[in-house]
Amino acid sequence: MIQIILIAVLSLLAQFVLPWWSLAIIAFLVCFWRSSSAGQSFFAGFYGVALVWLAYAILLHSRTDGVFTGRMSELLFKTNSAILPGLVTAIVGGLVGGLAGLSGYFVKGAIGNEIANRIS
Amino acid sequence: MRYTKAIVSSVLTILLIWALNRPWGSIPAFGPLLSPFVGFWQNAESANTTDEEITLNGTKAPVTVIFDDLAIPHVFAQNDQDAYFAQGYLTARDRLWQMEFQTHAAAGRVSELVGDKALELDRFNRHLGMGFGAEKAVKAMMADPRSRESVEAYTAGVNAYINQLKPANYPLEYKLLGYAPEPWQPIKCAYFLKYMSGVLALGADDLNMSNVLKKYGTVVTADLFPDYPFREDPIIPVGTKWDFTPVKIPAVPANVLPDKKSVAMNWPEQDPTIGSNNWAVGPQKSASGYPILANDPHLSLSLPSIWYQIQLVTPTMNVYGASMPGSPGVIIGFNKQVAWGVTNVGADVLDFYQIRFKDASRREYWHDNKWKPVSRRLEVIKVKGMPDVVDTVLYTHHGPVMYEVGQKPFAKNVPVGYAARWIAHEASNDFLTYYLLDRAKNHDDYRKALSYYGAPAQNFVFADTAKDIAISPNGRFPLKWKDQGKFLLDGTNPAHDWQGWIPAAQNPHVKNPPRGFVSSANQSSTDPTYPYYINWQFAPSERGTRINQRLTVMQQATPDSLRALQNDNFNLQAANALPVLLPYMEEKSLSAEQKKAFDVIKKWRYNNDIAEIGPTLFTEWMRQYLDGVWKDDFPSNDTTTLRYPSFDRTLHMAEKEPTAHWFDDITTSPKETIGSVLTQSFRGAVDSLTRQHGAMGTAWQWGPHKATRITHLARLDALSALNVQIGGGRSVVNATSERHGPSWRMVVALGPTPKAYGVYPGGQSGNPGSPNYLNMLETWRTGQLNELLFLQTAQDKNSRIKRKMTLK
Repeated sequence: MIQIILIAVLSLLAQFVLPWWSLAIIAFLVCFWRSSSAGQSFFAGFYGVALVWLAYAILLHSRTDGVFTGRMSELLFKTNSAILPGLVTAIVGGLVGGLAGLSGYFVKGAIGNEIANRIS
Repeated sequence: MRYTKAIVSSVLTILLIWALNRPWGSIPAFGPLLSPFVGFWQNAESANTTDEEITLNGTKAPVTVIFDDLAIPHVFAQNDQDAYFAQGYLTARDRLWQMEFQTHAAAGRVSELVGDKALELDRFNRHLGMGFGAEKAVKAMMADPRSRESVEAYTAGVNAYINQLKPANYPLEYKLLGYAPEPWQPIKCAYFLKYMSGVLALGADDLNMSNVLKKYGTVVTADLFPDYPFREDPIIPVGTKWDFTPVKIPAVPANVLPDKKSVAMNWPEQDPTIGSNNWAVGPQKSASGYPILANDPHLSLSLPSIWYQIQLVTPTMNVYGASMPGSPGVIIGFNKQVAWGVTNVGADVLDFYQIRFKDASRREYWHDNKWKPVSRRLEVIKVKGMPDVVDTVLYTHHGPVMYEVGQKPFAKNVPVGYAARWIAHEASNDFLTYYLLDRAKNHDDYRKALSYYGAPAQNFVFADTAKDIAISPNGRFPLKWKDQGKFLLDGTNPAHDWQGWIPAAQNPHVKNPPRGFVSSANQSSTDPTYPYYINWQFAPSERGTRINQRLTVMQQATPDSLRALQNDNFNLQAANALPVLLPYMEEKSLSAEQKKAFDVIKKWRYNNDIAEIGPTLFTEWMRQYLDGVWKDDFPSNDTTTLRYPSFDRTLHMAEKEPTAHWFDDITTSPKETIGSVLTQSFRGAVDSLTRQHGAMGTAWQWGPHKATRITHLARLDALSALNVQIGGGRSVVNATSERHGPSWRMVVALGPTPKAYGVYPGGQSGNPGSPNYLNMLETWRTGQLNELLFLQTAQDKNSRIKRKMTLK
């Protein structure tokens, strides 16, 4: 849980100044720092990022009564849907976050133990 | 194992990011596009109602901008430069992508954005000499301090916007196509003008007409393609006295035609529905005793809206109207004393000269009995994702050499080419005309402003508070012998060159004609008594005639009477043609379905309203009828392109020569007559409409059938307005066809303070994510107008004022 919140908050801040893929670095670092399992780290990355992307997208969507979301849905997915663009946005962001989180966990497993070994 | 997992998952993550961060063909980079932080979501815009103060350090004094309820800016500046700076800034804020894309298109730079699918288009514009023309225009523009200051200030304003723009805030189209805006430059304003010349002054039937002449000789050609229509009501009323002594017109050379080789060239057809209406009624016809002026320019309907409304107030002017993104000042509008508008003239200002090169190296060409050097201009076309394409364009003194269909440019064994002589290659300072019109106070100022204008030639209509009305087909017109340029010209013979200009003061014009109104709808500029040749053909006369019929009987006119006329759906072409054609129909041979359709057209009152089936049948029938009459006689193929005689000439044939041999289809053995061609084409029309829509019913109605579309400039349907239900049509005053129509409608009632109305099919913003992208469409569709808020001071009170912006 703490990981999801951390990834959400930190990636939110990072993306205001850094490129969109900075979210992957955040998810990676958080899961590198603390995660208990592969599944948990993937979902922490996925939900942390998807939550932020979805919430922000809904906020922006509500500015235009959804007219624009419909146009974009038509443009990108050839169907006029108010939900699809938000859903795809959340999933794409989530996947990147999830994979990055998973990588953080695995890399920690590979290197982190070594570092731990060296220190001890 | 744990290393493998770490490496695989890390590589997968990086691959996914890489794949999402780049475009795949025409599919945009989805990562940055979907990210709510930088992607399309950021372009969602809410109605802004809060005041703003923006520091740009580009103005000499603070500029106040008042926005009304349609987000139209009213600029109050303490000097002209600040006003143009603000105009540049505000236009870029609403229309940056459109401005840049249009000038990229004119400059032959679309391949840079979309790849080699635009290469032919770019090559065409390069060979046309768009860059060559723009470079000359920018020199002329910079030579006059007034136009220089306005273009430079406008440029600075656009750049002030671009400079503070973060990628997250790029207009949507940049995100979709994956590129970034570049700095604006004065030459882009010139490119914009060339773009408009490309839209309005590229009509050329020279090739097709030469091929017709080659096939049928001079007598038949003159008979079928006359220099003046049978039905016409010219812009300058018949009987107007010419108040000048003409200069000497060049003699017609003995040998008018070059080599008779038939040609096909890569030449896009001009759409005849690109045209416009304007008129002004004088004090004796208006309820207020002051003139009222109306204008609706018809263009290829597109989004973002072609026009951008703005009011500019400085110590030297208070002007309101429609500007064009990419050009400082107001193009069609009004101020306290005057109002003006434009329609296209359609002058013959593009000619082709057959060039004889000395040899395959094409370094010299024959002219005036000597070899003259060819100059070369390298055109480097950048292509997205591919190496640059370098194209060498050859220039003679006539102009650039175009290439022929199917020909690789500059194949060694083709020592023949056609040079294009085009008005847009001439240096002219067209901005100055609008600069002066924006500040004009009376008829003299209007005449003076017009004298600077080059191209594309326009019918400038005018009205003022001194109760004068006037109109003038105006632009730089080459001084030609009659019909010079109706056919291809001989590039070796100096007698075929353009030999000077019609003096600007002798351009056709009329002030306060006795009939009490002036008007234009792209028809013939004058009757045949005008001493100079402007063109041998103009837009069909029906719109102009209909407007004149209604204005002739109009009394006590109000802005609403003119608004109603702008929306007139009467199809005069049908009213002229059907009484002539219907009696020839062989009704007995029609099937039950066809008979039902024929009853519809017989009962039709010639109104192109949305729910009528008559206009659908008439349009499709006449298309097939023209094919039935002419296709066998004027067939086009890959190597030779011909054109048909006009509708006017074809109708005249039905009236006066119903037994003409042209009705017979020479490719079949039975002898066709006017009756059989009409009947056959009617059957064909009903059949093809049935195939398209099923049995006759609501799908055949004019609105659904025509399905007017307003297309986004990047051809993206999702950002376009499709299937807009509206009446009108080609040759109808409400000239809304499938793709073209009134791009701006304006009515101005002059008086102690002017009252003006206007609308365009779109909105003030070019952002598809803005509530102001399409908010005027419904008003336009239903034929209504918005009142244009003409403010006097920045302190004016009005309930439509929504917010204030201060630029520092």
